[in-house]
Amino acid sequence: MSYILNTADDQKAMLQAVGARSLDDLFYNIPEELRLNRPLKVPEALAEMELQLLVAELAQKNQVDDKAVCFLGGGSYDHFIPTVVDAVASRSEYYTAYTPYQAEASQGSLQAFFEYQTLICQLTGLDVANASLYEGGSAVAESVLMAHSIHQNRTKVLIAESVHPEYRQVLQTYSANLPLQVQTLPTPDGFLDPDDLKKHLDENTLCVIVQHPNFFGCLEEVEAVGKLTKASGALYVVSFDPISLGLLKRPGQYGADIAVAEGQCLGNPMVYGGPYLGIMACREEYVRKMPGRLVGQTVDRNGKRCWVLTLQTREQHIRRAKATSNICTNQGLFALRAAVYLAALGPQGLRETAELCIRKARYAVEELCIPGAKPRFARNFFKEFTLRVSKNVPQLLEQLRNSGYHAGLHLGRWYPSLSNCITIAVTEKRTRAEIDEFAAAWRNAFK
Amino acid sequence: MEKRFQITDQMTNNQSTELLFEMSHTGRRCHRLPECDVPEIFNLPEKEAADNPPPLPEVGEIDLIRHFVNLSKRNMSIDTNFYPLGSCTMKYNPKRHERLGALPGMANVHPLQLDASCQGMLQILWEMQNILGEIAGLDAVSLQPAAGAQGELTALLVAAAYFRAKNEQRTKVLIPDSAHGTNPASAAIAGFDTIDIKSNDKGLVDLADLKAKLDERVAVFMITNPNTLGLFDTQIADITRLLHDKGALVYLDGANMNAIVGVTRPGDFGADMMHYNVHKTFTGPHGAGGPGSGPIAVRSFLAPFLPAPLVAKDGDRFCLDYDRPKSIGRVRSFFGNVGILLRGYFYIRTLGPDGLRAMTQNAVLNANYLLARIKSGYEVPHGQRCMHEFVASARALKREKRISAMDIAKRLLDFGYHAPTVYFPLVVPEAIMIEPTETESKETLDAFADTLLRIREEDAEFLHQSPHALSISRPDEIKAAKEPILRWKP
Repeated sequence: MSYILNTADDQKAMLQAVGARSLDDLFYNIPEELRLNRPLKVPEALAEMELQLLVAELAQKNQVDDKAVCFLGGGSYDHFIPTVVDAVASRSEYYTAYTPYQAEASQGSLQAFFEYQTLICQLTGLDVANASLYEGGSAVAESVLMAHSIHQNRTKVLIAESVHPEYRQVLQTYSANLPLQVQTLPTPDGFLDPDDLKKHLDENTLCVIVQHPNFFGCLEEVEAVGKLTKASGALYVVSFDPISLGLLKRPGQYGADIAVAEGQCLGNPMVYGGPYLGIMACREEYVRKMPGRLVGQTVDRNGKRCWVLTLQTREQHIRRAKATSNICTNQGLFALRAAVYLAALGPQGLRETAELCIRKARYAVEELCIPGAKPRFARNFFKEFTLRVSKNVPQLLEQLRNSGYHAGLHLGRWYPSLSNCITIAVTEKRTRAEIDEFAAAWRNAFK
Repeated sequence: MEKRFQITDQMTNNQSTELLFEMSHTGRRCHRLPECDVPEIFNLPEKEAADNPPPLPEVGEIDLIRHFVNLSKRNMSIDTNFYPLGSCTMKYNPKRHERLGALPGMANVHPLQLDASCQGMLQILWEMQNILGEIAGLDAVSLQPAAGAQGELTALLVAAAYFRAKNEQRTKVLIPDSAHGTNPASAAIAGFDTIDIKSNDKGLVDLADLKAKLDERVAVFMITNPNTLGLFDTQIADITRLLHDKGALVYLDGANMNAIVGVTRPGDFGADMMHYNVHKTFTGPHGAGGPGSGPIAVRSFLAPFLPAPLVAKDGDRFCLDYDRPKSIGRVRSFFGNVGILLRGYFYIRTLGPDGLRAMTQNAVLNANYLLARIKSGYEVPHGQRCMHEFVASARALKREKRISAMDIAKRLLDFGYHAPTVYFPLVVPEAIMIEPTETESKETLDAFADTLLRIREEDAEFLHQSPHALSISRPDEIKAAKEPILRWKP
């Protein structure tokens, strides 16, 4: 009973104060026939040393780091995490607190979230950011719910096929019972062709969603898409890669109304898919339609600057069925991590990280393009690229895994017409030696 | 006045409330990157590239660390203060979980690795599915939802898909008026009309109101049991029978599982589906607002509709099963909030079957003891006894002495206690919702009870001005909402 402090004597005294005969008697309100009259069938208790041995053994069965170099991307990336991020996030004053309902007892978290919101505004070039959503996929779905509450009489959602397939699936799932029609626009050349988009835009179009860089790694025609979308009166939603903004134009600069992102890359471990960080920013005029917590600056009764949760009438605990979203618990700790990460990098660090990604990715393409492996799309890319290969892709990936490489994503899993394609990600963390050795194993696999 | 508060700041060790952006100094930086070791130089076309990188602050490492460490001291947390925030289950978060969760073999697993390369991870998640099914008394579990509210939405989407497959037109979800706000908000996104069910004078579901509103159009009744008043609804068997007789489903909001784990099971009292809050019941650190993790458990006839993938076992190999043609799809990318699921798994493995039952018993004992200690000074409208939490009311104090629930909450902060949840549930005026959890000692509960009883005797005017010992007091929330400042600007 590691974490329970009540001794037998304590329990006796407490039961007496309560007027209960026994611990079981505390549950007198639960009808006898509904009680569980046997121990739960879960494994017996472990001491810390036993637990550590068990978990270490299971961890050994996962192929990571020196057992396999990671060239996987698709929304989760092996970027470097500076030590300061872990140092701050391991302060238990942050990680064992909860939602800052009591402002006086939560100025630390509140100010950190206000700083996070500001950093995301600086990153995206947009006016306001919320204090986090769950992750990149549901952030796309939330952006559509938000768009729908801005333009209630428009119902058609246009989303490029080059958006992360799981994000599109989340959107389909969220909107299944709502008066929305989600239409996926094909991207046969690896990007959404603005001329093609033009044919689908009409007065009923609620929003247009692109991802930039997209799931294939390619850059989209974000300015042209933005102009067309604006002209139709629809809202422009962009899913972006935060690291890419060290180099690429910011969503606010090319007309995005709502920008969302997966924030895992900002100092958060991959940990098999979560917890991650859903980023959302928008133009000021839409702030009252935004989902999630917002921290605002105000003054206390002595006129001192301080921070509080604000505009809460948007939220479920006040507005219930009419709320802008059902989100309550968010990803606060990961917003804190992202804030520390962005502040640790600063403008130059972010630019250099992005430059290292793009240069190493371009180097890797040069090394991996051999007879039997060619770029699939003739587009500029950032840190990911897609190759068409002459080999059976699952077999190739398995062979490379046995050589110590998570070589890339099999696109055929989501795109039947791209079953001979692999998408490969190269972050700033990959060294030239790792890329060279990977290229050697790759060439070997094609022999 | 100004001077007094400077002194207060020093006393509470708060050196600086400067913003990062105000500390920025051109040319400083914390993180440095290695020289580029590949020869490629590439310039993006002008139309793609920003002229300058984003205007982030420029700070050195010691400034950054001092800033965030000093800020952390302006928080109350479980590790520094008793935190009886009702409905949130603020129990101790074991340190061992942080070490084990950060093992490279856990933290550095990419979500799209081939199954063969993450067998250890898949084994834990497979076991977690089974364990949560057993604790629920239900057949199938999806670990995907990121938090309780997303679990609610997922389960309601599952229910909608189930009725669609049966060709039944069910448009309504019934929700007690004492429920969390997430319930109706989730039902709305799932496309349902929500209908409130009244509470009776005992704080339980008003059966007459339920019967009056129950018809063949009802898809789901969402019940929190024990409810947000900390009461186990003794009518639960009748309630679930009524719903099932009309062909509707019963959903259990599992926010209060800390009151029943190992004592009774939602499946055994008639729930067809439920969500867990792994961060509450099974100790994921709450992270100043998140992350959570909100797995759902359902009966077998609903299992085909669960989001994909689930973890399956094939011989002695574990794999992700995506072959689920009736699935609702997915509610988030990748597998789930695995970091929190791992911590839940570590906790359950540490406690074992007896420990889990002791957890529940002591959570309920601690709440009942605290209730017994304070009821001489505070009205507790619904009962002499409770489950893992209870709701006191400052209604009489407000009437007699102009002392509100908020005054009490704010004054508690002066004594080093995080405040309980106040003004929720909505069915109790001037509500003070207290959940001590099982990880607190009798001494802590006694000291807290003494403080609560002392505060009610204090001068009302003094209480209106509280807290007095913290670095700020009573922020102007109306100003914050009327003239929103949501970011720093140069």
